Amino acid sequence: MSFVALRMLIGDRLKYLALVAGLAFAGLLVTQQSSIFTGYASRMGVWIRETAENDLWVMDPQVQYSDDIKPITDTMLYRVRGVEGVRWAAPMYKGFLPARLPDGTITTVRVVGLDDATLTGGPARMVEGALADLRQDRAMIVHVRQAADGLRLKSGMPGEGPRPLRVGDEVSINDNSLRVTGVFDASDEFFWDPVVYTTYSRALSIAPRTRKLSTFVLVKTAEGADVKDVARRIEASTGMRAMTPGQFDRLTMWFLLTRTGILVNFGITVALGVVIGVLASAQTFFSFIVENTRHFATIKAMGGSDWTITRMILLQVLVVGGVGYGIGLGLAAVTGQFFAGGGLAFRMPWQIPVLGAVSVLGCCMFAGMISAFRVFRLQPAAVFKA
Amino acid sequence: MTTLLAQPDAITFDRRVDTAALRGIAVRCVGVTKTYGSGQSAVMALRGIDLEVKTGELLMLVGPSGCGKTTLISIIAGILDYDQGECAVLGQDPKRMSARELTRLRGANVGFVFQAYNLIPTLNAAENSAIPLLLNGVPRAKAVKRAREMLGRVGLADRWKSLPAQLSGGQQQRVAITRALVHEPRLIVCDEPTAALDHETGGRVMELLRAVALDEGRALVIVTHDPRIFGFADRIAKMDDGRITSINEGRHEDRSTARGAGGTSDGLTGLLSK
Ligand SMILES: Nc1ncnc2c1ncn2[C@@H]1O[C@H](COP(=O)(O)OP(=O)(O)OP(=O)(O)O)[C@@H](O)[C@H]1O
Ligand SMILES: [Mg+2]
Repeated sequence: MSFVALRMLIGDRLKYLALVAGLAFAGLLVTQQSSIFTGYASRMGVWIRETAENDLWVMDPQVQYSDDIKPITDTMLYRVRGVEGVRWAAPMYKGFLPARLPDGTITTVRVVGLDDATLTGGPARMVEGALADLRQDRAMIVHVRQAADGLRLKSGMPGEGPRPLRVGDEVSINDNSLRVTGVFDASDEFFWDPVVYTTYSRALSIAPRTRKLSTFVLVKTAEGADVKDVARRIEASTGMRAMTPGQFDRLTMWFLLTRTGILVNFGITVALGVVIGVLASAQTFFSFIVENTRHFATIKAMGGSDWTITRMILLQVLVVGGVGYGIGLGLAAVTGQFFAGGGLAFRMPWQIPVLGAVSVLGCCMFAGMISAFRVFRLQPAAVFKA
Repeated sequence: MTTLLAQPDAITFDRRVDTAALRGIAVRCVGVTKTYGSGQSAVMALRGIDLEVKTGELLMLVGPSGCGKTTLISIIAGILDYDQGECAVLGQDPKRMSARELTRLRGANVGFVFQAYNLIPTLNAAENSAIPLLLNGVPRAKAVKRAREMLGRVGLADRWKSLPAQLSGGQQQRVAITRALVHEPRLIVCDEPTAALDHETGGRVMELLRAVALDEGRALVIVTHDPRIFGFADRIAKMDDGRITSINEGRHEDRSTARGAGGTSDGLTGLLSK
């Protein structure tokens, strides 16, 4: 009877297309909204993940996310280095400082100061120049997309018109003149203030003088040492907080999701997308079965068992659900790719298509089963009702 | 002539009926009652029906609207359970069977013809007619092939590919008759098969039913309002208010035609060989 089931489904082109369209819409909503959410959520800890050389981040115990600057004393570095199981430790400065671009545009930048000797924690991908160029006089490097966005010379140099910031330009950070010596690339972050890298000592020299100056200590643990043990020992001997990149990443993500309202707002959006999508698909399929109740009743009277009917309905669910959801998923992926160019945070790990399929197909199955029960309860004698 | 028409490949499946043991009785109802609903809204549709339907006969059920005709053939066809009494359908009591067994019995032995044809609009004539065979586990290609052969016998050989919407009412009812016959059932029930058709078309459909469906091993029960087709009946059972008030011999003169010409068990083959 499977071909009968398929013919019932596909035979009426218009209704079939309406069903597929409804399910495609459901699939699109579910996967697209979740992917955008995942995209934003995964941008939150991207700076932590791409600062990849260290096993531990040591910081003030009150730090709540990657850009929550709670200065620590720069002597902390030596105390951390003294802890058993630490192979190396490097200082890192991070702070928000005002910057004036050569055309007079004023903005806030996040200055990251890297250990002078090793440049540990610097960006992995250089587009122009080398990371080692930071050792040149007054050097700083800028992010390739931010150079054309947050650091764009909006007013333009005399006689030039607006243009991206580029190598050779002078930028005044907290009234200290620095020179762009390179351009790096890194994944887009959740935060928008441009990141510029320079050396640790230069960062301290341009930052406002305070008693505590450092921000993080990056730690590599000795070979064979247990990272969690080392973290506990650092915390015990320094009173600081020591976290693995994964922990720091999750702390940041969770803080931002909960404290910014993104979780609630986006959660509502995603939930609405899922609910609307899933209800739309369930409703579409349900009405399909209801419209075909008469035919199912006829089949039942003619000797079709409940099991036969169940198999027919399941086949219909799988075909229409599979085709519709597939199209929706495809549309989500295509629109995601398309808008990603315009800065949309869009990330679709394999779990999203799988969970999307489970929820959309599951709800269709559920709707299918509810409608199947209607058919089961139908006295076959109902066929004689005109 | 017979030699020119190759005997169709035998399509066999378990019918679950011992035809010999029926001794000429397709359905036997004794004191059957049926009440719909309960309490104040209860409707007693059947108030004690005694009825025998013989194999090889065409029995008509007639009576005013609401007297219980549809209820009775639903019980006879095994698609509705009854309350009291006893009703043996093809020698088996639906009350003593599991729902599954009853469904199997029906699928293998009962053919249906409806007033509204009840064809699936997205299946063509041959596919619609093949459904009972599919339900009995016959593979699709074989089932559709047999349905096409059968459509030829109701004069629709060249319309097997048509969808119901492309056929006239009379043609659709012929497809429905093909569907009721395709699996060679022992019992065929029809509820108002001509009600949606004009007089002439209705008459032709009845002629066809009598000619192709009636067979010495098979019984036909037809519910109708239409006095103009009474002439096709072997017997007519009049109903009123849930009871059978009288059973008359029908006016059908030439009963031998219907009683399986040549005495073969396959009335269709018999018809064709004439
Ligand atoms: N499913 C049902 N629930 C409740 N009452 C019903 C149901 N089916 C039929 N009835 C009632 O049972 C009685 C007999 O109905 P039935 O359909 O058998 O009559 P009928 O002789 O076929 O009538 P008609 O000629 O109008 O088709 C009627 O009073 C009808 O209202
Ligand atoms: Mg009726």
